Amino acid sequence: MSLLDDYAQITGIDVIAHLRQLAAPFSGAKVVHVNSTRMGGGVAEILTKLIPLMRELGIDASWEVITGESQFFECTKGMHNTLQGNQVHLSDKLLRVYENTNTDNAEALRSVLTEADFVFIHDPQPAALLQHFPARKGKWIWRCHIDASHPYRPVWKYLRQFIAPYDASIFSLAAFAHELPHPIYLIPPSIDPFSDKNIELAPDAIENVYEKYQLDPERPLVLQVSRFDRFKDPIGVIQAYQLAKKFLPSLQLVLAGGEATDDPEGAIVLNEVQQAASGDADIHILLLPSDAHLEINALQRAADIVVQKSIREGFGLTVTEAMWKGKPVIGGDVGGIRLQVINHHTGFLVSTPEGAALRIRYLLHQPGNIREMGEKARVLVRDNFLITRHLREYLALMVALLYGSQDRIELSQSISEQRLHDQLFQ
Amino acid sequence: MATPETATADIVDAHSRPGPFYIKDCALVALATGRRARMLQEFRTELATIDESSIYHHYWGGLLQARFEEREFNNDFAAWIRHGIHDAILAERLAALDPTDFTDLESLRLEIIELIDMRLDQCEGLLWMRATQQFEFIRSQIIVFDTARSLQQPAELASTVAQLSTSSIFYHFIDARRRTAHRCDDFSDWLAGFGEEYSLLREQVAGIDPYFGSLSELRTQLAQLFQTHFKEADI
Repeated sequence: MSLLDDYAQITGIDVIAHLRQLAAPFSGAKVVHVNSTRMGGGVAEILTKLIPLMRELGIDASWEVITGESQFFECTKGMHNTLQGNQVHLSDKLLRVYENTNTDNAEALRSVLTEADFVFIHDPQPAALLQHFPARKGKWIWRCHIDASHPYRPVWKYLRQFIAPYDASIFSLAAFAHELPHPIYLIPPSIDPFSDKNIELAPDAIENVYEKYQLDPERPLVLQVSRFDRFKDPIGVIQAYQLAKKFLPSLQLVLAGGEATDDPEGAIVLNEVQQAASGDADIHILLLPSDAHLEINALQRAADIVVQKSIREGFGLTVTEAMWKGKPVIGGDVGGIRLQVINHHTGFLVSTPEGAALRIRYLLHQPGNIREMGEKARVLVRDNFLITRHLREYLALMVALLYGSQDRIELSQSISEQRLHDQLFQ
Repeated sequence: MATPETATADIVDAHSRPGPFYIKDCALVALATGRRARMLQEFRTELATIDESSIYHHYWGGLLQARFEEREFNNDFAAWIRHGIHDAILAERLAALDPTDFTDLESLRLEIIELIDMRLDQCEGLLWMRATQQFEFIRSQIIVFDTARSLQQPAELASTVAQLSTSSIFYHFIDARRRTAHRCDDFSDWLAGFGEEYSLLREQVAGIDPYFGSLSELRTQLAQLFQTHFKEADI
């Protein structure tokens, strides 16, 4: 059974047939994705599945990873943080390392990128590659996975010089997009239903997390999965829990996040969270390793309600993951959470701990609503936020880029395939 | 598409029956316009000059984009006026606009602006009301392609529609209203070519509201309608 057949079981065969039709003109086309890591992080997770799916559709897709020394990654981590709004100066020395590393990688990847029909460059790390390919054959697209809606301007200005010459860029939401002299496509991220984070689990996997973390399966459980970061408002979640617990004494709360190994601010927030939770045995603060995907999956399935009370959020893939598991989500009224949490249907949007507490009480008093909203949440994700939709939009973008900026592109079977082939393989 | 060039006649004789119904499919990709609004006046200013493809997206194209199935409003403008600006009156008036009543998107644009101006005259406070979330004008490109499938006879609709992709349903049932001479869906347009024989079926198809169900629900409704009709016709 092929990978596409597996996805057809979830999405329906019509979705896969649609992908096959969209991909047909690109049979044999060379599509290269470039990022900076093969393991860990959302981009690598997406590419791990996207590349085999593209290949199964007949596209000659490949994935290249740039390499660099520790100073390069220090610089690009700084870029990542500053694009998300941190006001941190990047020294000229680090920026030279960034440029030189891109120069070195351009040489290493010269033949594969020069010959590619489409090159997708993911995030800032390899963004400066393009300038080294004046004789490039294909279309180059910069894909920004970061919430860059309020970047630290000097760093954005620096990066913009490398990004502007691309043929197009992709942002996850309109609010994240910046003015650039090329088409700016909007493609939300997605989740993979077959990844460890989302795959169906046997009941004993869920029972194991109850046991491991001393959670009572007979009592209501509210969960937030996020790093210990002020934007995720973990203190606000504890306040909401405390307000709701007056009415629901059996309530349990789990705050699951990664260990703050390299983030001094994260360690401070974690300390504040631990203090706020002290003295209440029903608040469980879990510090999980970054590869604890199956455990997070089990916790999400164990929870009655999932909370993501962010006060600032990118797309919010933890919301998507929870909804895929049929959980209603009480989410902060910000960013991509608004696209996913539909008030009274897939959960509730809230702005305060009081609002979150009210919705926790409401849902736990209406278990029928938890089931109904959870089912709607799962359908919303199935129809809109799975990797098959992501792939479809990449393919549509590839067609659109070959046809220019016209609003309506009419492809007749023979003409379209021939024309696209001519353009790709001339 | 439903061969509109051959399917628009209300009365046809047997010799001028329409040709096949060519099944098409489509994909939509959204683009940022870089234009946004936080106040109604600003929204009106942007709307006056925004590309027509943005009006298409916010009225029609959004139906094929990530969305929730039970929509409160049939277009993004009305939804933002209600939930961003919090003006129920203007939101309801905008929601009542049926884009198929307008000959083109430019006329629709002018009518929306007219309704906004009327409301600003009525309620001066809206001039400085700041939205709780900004409106992002988005436009879209639609890519239409052949599926290499076609129908020769209307009765084939009974077995085919349930198998169509939701994007094909979007193309033939929603997008068609912008393309066809009678501002109707492709199925009705094609059936019209067969004369009065299918007038009842066309009325029933017209009775399906394209705005509020999901595309998969629309597909189910259409499939059931065609299955019922042609089953009864067989009896």
